[in-house]
This record gives sequence, C-alpha cells and structure tokens, in this order.
Amino acid sequence: MDGFPVLELKGISKSFHGVMANSGVDFKLKKGEIHALLGENGAGKSTLMNMICGLLQPDRGEIFIQGNRRKIQNPKIAIQLGVGMIHQHFMIVPGFTSLENIILGSEPVTRMAIDFRKARKQIAALSDQYGFSIDPDAVTEDLPVGIQQRVEIFKALYRKVGILILDEPTAVLTPQETEDLFRVMRRLARKSVSIIFITHKLREVMQIADSITVMQRGAIKGVLSPGETDEQSLARMMIGREINMISNDRSAGAGRTVFEASGLSVNSSRGFEAVSDVSFCVREGEIVGIAGIQGNGQMELSEAIAGLREIASGNIILSGKVMPALHPRKMMENGLAHIPEDRLKYGLVLPFSIAENQILCTYYRNPFARFMWRNRKAMLNNSRELMDRFDIRAGGPEESVKTLSGGNQQKVIISREFSRNSIFLLANQPTRGLDVGSIEYVHRQMLTLRDKGAGILLISSELDEILSLADSILVIYRGRLISMAGKEGADRASLGLMMTRGLEREK
Amino acid sequence: MMAVSRLRPGARGEMLCVFLWISVTACIVCSYWISPVVTVAVLSSALRQSTPLVLGAMCGLLSERSGVMNIGIEGQMLMAAFWGFLMHVWTGSLMMGVISGLAAGAFAGFLFAWMSVSMKMDQIIAGTIINILAVGLTGFFYPTGMSSAGKLKIYSVPLLSEIPLAGPVLFRMSPIVFLTICIVFLLHYCLFYSRWGLRTRATGEHPKAAATMGISVVKLRYGNIMIGGCIAGLAGAFLSLESVGVFERGMTNGRGFIALAVMIFGKWTPIGAWGAALLFGLSMSVQTQLQFDRVLSLPHQFTGMLPYLITIIVLAIFIRRNRPPASLGVSCERE
Repeated sequence: MDGFPVLELKGISKSFHGVMANSGVDFKLKKGEIHALLGENGAGKSTLMNMICGLLQPDRGEIFIQGNRRKIQNPKIAIQLGVGMIHQHFMIVPGFTSLENIILGSEPVTRMAIDFRKARKQIAALSDQYGFSIDPDAVTEDLPVGIQQRVEIFKALYRKVGILILDEPTAVLTPQETEDLFRVMRRLARKSVSIIFITHKLREVMQIADSITVMQRGAIKGVLSPGETDEQSLARMMIGREINMISNDRSAGAGRTVFEASGLSVNSSRGFEAVSDVSFCVREGEIVGIAGIQGNGQMELSEAIAGLREIASGNIILSGKVMPALHPRKMMENGLAHIPEDRLKYGLVLPFSIAENQILCTYYRNPFARFMWRNRKAMLNNSRELMDRFDIRAGGPEESVKTLSGGNQQKVIISREFSRNSIFLLANQPTRGLDVGSIEYVHRQMLTLRDKGAGILLISSELDEILSLADSILVIYRGRLISMAGKEGADRASLGLMMTRGLEREK
Repeated sequence: MMAVSRLRPGARGEMLCVFLWISVTACIVCSYWISPVVTVAVLSSALRQSTPLVLGAMCGLLSERSGVMNIGIEGQMLMAAFWGFLMHVWTGSLMMGVISGLAAGAFAGFLFAWMSVSMKMDQIIAGTIINILAVGLTGFFYPTGMSSAGKLKIYSVPLLSEIPLAGPVLFRMSPIVFLTICIVFLLHYCLFYSRWGLRTRATGEHPKAAATMGISVVKLRYGNIMIGGCIAGLAGAFLSLESVGVFERGMTNGRGFIALAVMIFGKWTPIGAWGAALLFGLSMSVQTQLQFDRVLSLPHQFTGMLPYLITIIVLAIFIRRNRPPASLGVSCERE
C-alpha cells in the first residue's frame, strides 16, 4: 500500500440555486483503504459523490484520479476511469436476471446478439478472483436485498472498478447481511479496490473504516482514524452539538389494554396471505416493537390496523371496541395516531401547505369547518401553534410541505397526529431516511406521548431503534409473529437471526 | 439461497393463449376441408387486415419498451398514409410514396419524441396532440378529386405458392404484408437478444439504472420512437398505397388504438402482438365473409360487432395479467 492517493479532491465547491452544498472540500483516498464519509443528511456527502461519478459538475475545484487531473462530465467517463457507485436505492432493473443487470451498458457482443456465454465466463472469473459469488440466472426482484446489493457490487467489478462508492449500503440490511457486506468490503480492499463508505451509523464506522472523514454543512470537519476517536466525539463532530442517544429506561406501566389484534390475517395486494393469524396487544404507556426485514408483512399489518386494507380474518380492537375494517376515520376518532411508512405517499399531500396537512384528519370538524365552509383562520392559528410547539422550521403555515426537509416533513406529520389526544400510536418506520438530529427528535416525541399514557406500536427494520425504545419486542417473519421477548433477553445477534431465518429462539 | 416456489405469473394466460390458437387452427383445417376457396380468401384477408395492426403495435412497442407511452400511433399512421399518397400521385412512383410515408411517420415520431422526451410533456397529452394534428392537417390539406395512380401489386413466390392452404395464404401476398412478418421476427430477436434490446428494456423498466451505466436514455428513446414512427408510417403506406389505393379522410379508423390493445394483449412482445393482431384480423375477415355469405340470418350490425366484441372480451380477460414496463409514462429526470 503506497501513500499515493487514487483519488484526490481539491477545493471542490458546488451550489444549487445559491445554496452551498459543498464549499472547498479537500479529500484524499488511498489505495485499498476503506474510507468512511460521515455526515448528517444534507451535509453534502451525496452531492460530493455525485460529482465524482459524473452525475454533477463541480462549480470550482479539481478532481485527480491516480494523480491525473480529470473532468468527469458524465457517468460513462466515470466508469472508464474506474469509479463505481452503489446508490442507496439500487440501480437494478427488477425484471432482469443478475447477469443481464451486470452486463447492462457494457455488454460483450458477437456480430448481432449479446454474447451471453462470454459474459457468464467473465462473471465466473470475477467470482474466483474476489471470492464471492452470485447466481447469474436469478431474477433480481426475487432476491433478498443483501444479494441484490451483491449484484450491484458485481456490476462495479465487471467494469473493473478501482474506486467503489457505497452510499448508505447498510440502511436496508439486516445485521447478518451487514456482516456479509463488511466481509466482502474487506476482501475487495485487500484486492486493492479503494472504498468510500457513506453512512451516518457510527458503530459501523468504528467497526470497518480505515480512516474517517466527517462532513458538516458542506465542509470537511476533520479526518480521523478510528483508533484516535470514539462514537461520542464523532457524533459531536457530525452534528456540531452534544447528542444524547435516547433510550427507554423506564419500565412499562402495566396499564389497561388500549389496542389488541386477535387472530389477524391480511392479504397482500397480489392475493397471498401476507399476515397470518397474528395476535398481540399494546397496553397503556407501553411501547411494543415489531422488528423484521422489510416485506415480511409489516406494510399489510400496519395498513390493516390503520383501516386502509381489508382484513381477511380476525379482529382489531381499539380501546375495548371491535373496529370495522376499511374505516380509517373511525379508527382515528377512536384514538389512533398513525405515522405511515412512506411519508411522501401516505403521510402528506405534498402540494398542500403545512397548515392544510395539519388538519387532514380533522378538517371536517369544529373549529376547522362550519357547515359546508372551511375556517381558514382557525386552520392558520392551529398551524402556528403547532409549528411552535413541535419546532417545525419553515417560512410559515402556508409554505408547501414539498419544499421541507425530510425531518421537518416528519415533524408536520407528528404535529398532526400527536395533537389529537390519541391513545394509540401506530408508527411504521418513523425515522426512515432522517438524520440523527431528527431521529432523536422523533424518538423523544414518542417517549413523551408514551409518558402521557398512550400505547405505541413501533414497526421498524432498524434494530437499534427497536432495542432502544421498545418495552417488549416481537419479530415478524413471513407474516407471522414468531417470538415475544422481553427487553432484557433480546440482543442484536439473536434478533437478527430470527429476522432472517424465523427460528424460534430457545429459552 | 431460498428457493421460492410459486406458479410463474402469467402461466395461466399463456395456457389460455395456446388453447385459443389450437382451437382456431382446428377451425381453419375443418373449414378448408369444407370449402378451400373461401378459407383461403378469408385467411389472406385476415393477414391483410392484421397488417396495419401489427405495424401499429410494433410502433407502440418500440416506444413503450423504452418507457414512453405512445397513444399517437393513429396520428402517425394517418400522416404517413396522407403524405405517402400525395407523393405517390405527384411523383408517380410507388417506391417514392412508400419512402415518403416512412419519412412522414418518422417525422411525426420525432415531434412526439421532442414533446414527450425533451420537453417532458405528459405523454398522453403529447400523443393526443399528434392524433389531433394528424386529423386536422390531413383533413385540411386533402385535395379532393385526386385520383389514384395504382397500388402495390401482389407477388407470388414461385413453387412455394403452390402448396395447398399455406401456399396461397403465405406466399402470394403484397410486399408490405410480407415485410411486416419479417419486421415482427427481426424485432423480436433484437429486443430479446441484442445489445440494443437489453438497453431498451432496461430503459423502460428503470431508466435511472440505465443512465448510471452510461446509457443515454434520451438518445435511446428518440431513436426508438423514430424507428417506431417509420413502422407506423409503413402501416399508413399500406392503407393508402396497398390496401385501398387512395387516401380518405380518417382512413386509419381507430386502427392505431386497436394496435395499442393488440400490443397489450401480446404482452409487449412482437410475436405476442403479432398473434393477437392475427386474431383480430381473422375476426374481421370472418365478419366480412359472414355478411357476404349470409350463412347466418343475423342482421349485419351484429356480425359487424364481432371484432370489437372480441377486443373487449380479450382485453377484459388478459389485460389485468399483463405487466407493462415499470417506468412507462414517467419522464426521466436527471438530477
């Protein structure tokens, strides 16, 4: 490993409509190292990386690859220079096989057709060289996320990647898959592939990185090695203030049951049973966590509870009353608060203003409606009060929610849902895609609601979130709740195993 | 890795298709046994009737496989039929007529691509504009009293055309009908085995993935839409230069839209669409024959309904099971 950098950025600046996304960034990547790029959402990590792989052009500054100054005008040039990026949202064509996905854009051809035999040989050779493999004929949409990611890595290797950028690669992975990924990353680094690892998970950085660059507000805050720092000080650098990791240290009060699902089965849109015979209850002042890998029935379960999806069999009981299916308003009026999984699709009406979004559940009632007419004044007053109380940072109540940051959008949803005196909160992936500061905020709000006596059902694929908040933990696997663990007995490894394999844990 | 065992989606639909074709073939053989002359006439007519539908479907397929919803096929066909006929009359050359038709179709395709790909206009609206434009332009500039200068001749392949049943149907036909069959197989091969095909399908399913792999989504879509325009142009040329011999106002008569249905029924594959179009063509020619023969004492309004009835039934059965390209109708944004 010589000290010559494979990639060097000097004084890179980029602004969008007058907003600085990167200002004077210097960055060095050594050959065969795993370099973590740490920063909150909006710190400018993605912008920086998009400039390296040709999706954006810097306003100022220079990019050197292998010591030569380069202009990277489009992704094709980046590929030729050996820069490969694995995006957070995979760039995989779902209906294609792994093989087709890997060769797309660099297909070996005979005179007229694609030379699949040659492609197959090349992929087998790569497998041998790097020591991990994939099934070239599997249709990618049927593959687990971890394997899809491996296809992405193969795509880069196939193009003889020298610099591999991984954008939040662990966000969608289970602990086991994350371990596998790290093993692959180390192997690649040993074969002198240089890796940039973008993340905001501190634990992973400490675990795998050779060096760490911290970014804040578009600028480099520091370059460290994991030996000379710890998670706390990294967090401080990243956010610029002290941060307390929220945890639920109060034991649950055994109040009365606010919510109960009994024998609940729900079908997916494609017709098969996505949730099978699920029973559980949530009591006052209790947080029940449902852990699981995405796509194991969480969406169907939460939609059924929210009244958005038909129930095949079983009952939903809210504060002692059996609720009719497909009646979201009745659920809300009986005390349901709902943070949906996809806030852009189901949580907000994007072109509407903040104020309008805040009365989506109550617009038909006093004081927001009088007979047939809306009361604009009441709506705006309500909004001003909520923006103040929930610390929503925006121009004013009439700003469109489309322009808000993810954190503020989530705050709008929380302000709407938490201001209705609900007794039961259904939170599905409430912190997905949020930065550390916003995650802390959402968690604190949830704990406050819990302290007021509401029961909370937290569905999440983030194990850390479940472990730090939930009083009792359930694991959902292929539509079944397979285990009920008290908080004490649960640890990352055994939960992760249950999430992937669905095995009942030995007591 | 876990093996997921489940019935392949669409397997039931395919079985239905096979069943349908077996029964149709059985009917043809039976009727040939009863009356060879009528059967040959009906089948050749079916092939002719299906030609503009097949070509229209290929046009739609080319653009939809790359992710652009194209409802302007009708307009592209109409403009080509008009311009091809005019050029034929002015130059006196059928060849010039056909080539001008292709050019007109490609130009209409270019216009459509400019609106939907470059200007990122809603693709339905862009297609509608093409259709309205075609009706308006051809209607306005249509010179009355222009007489035909002949049409493309039927060509018999020596020897092969002597085979009973298949010979007169498959080897005694006009050039565009023959070309159409070639286009179907060529397109099918290219779409599923060539580099261009892989890139086209990738662009239709996930344009961003294609873009990050260095494929120019815009260029590819322009290319595909314009080639599609040429093919729609051929359909137009078929109508005015081969089938009818003159241009008439609105002579495409909804074929561009039936072509869309045919494409969907054929699951966005060339051979599938061809099979579907043949079925429609067959139903049309059977309907004509029924009116002609008066074998059934049905009012002609009822027999006339047959092709449309089949469209509705077939679409009601199949359309739900068919999955369009995932990014159909979404214009690709570069950040």
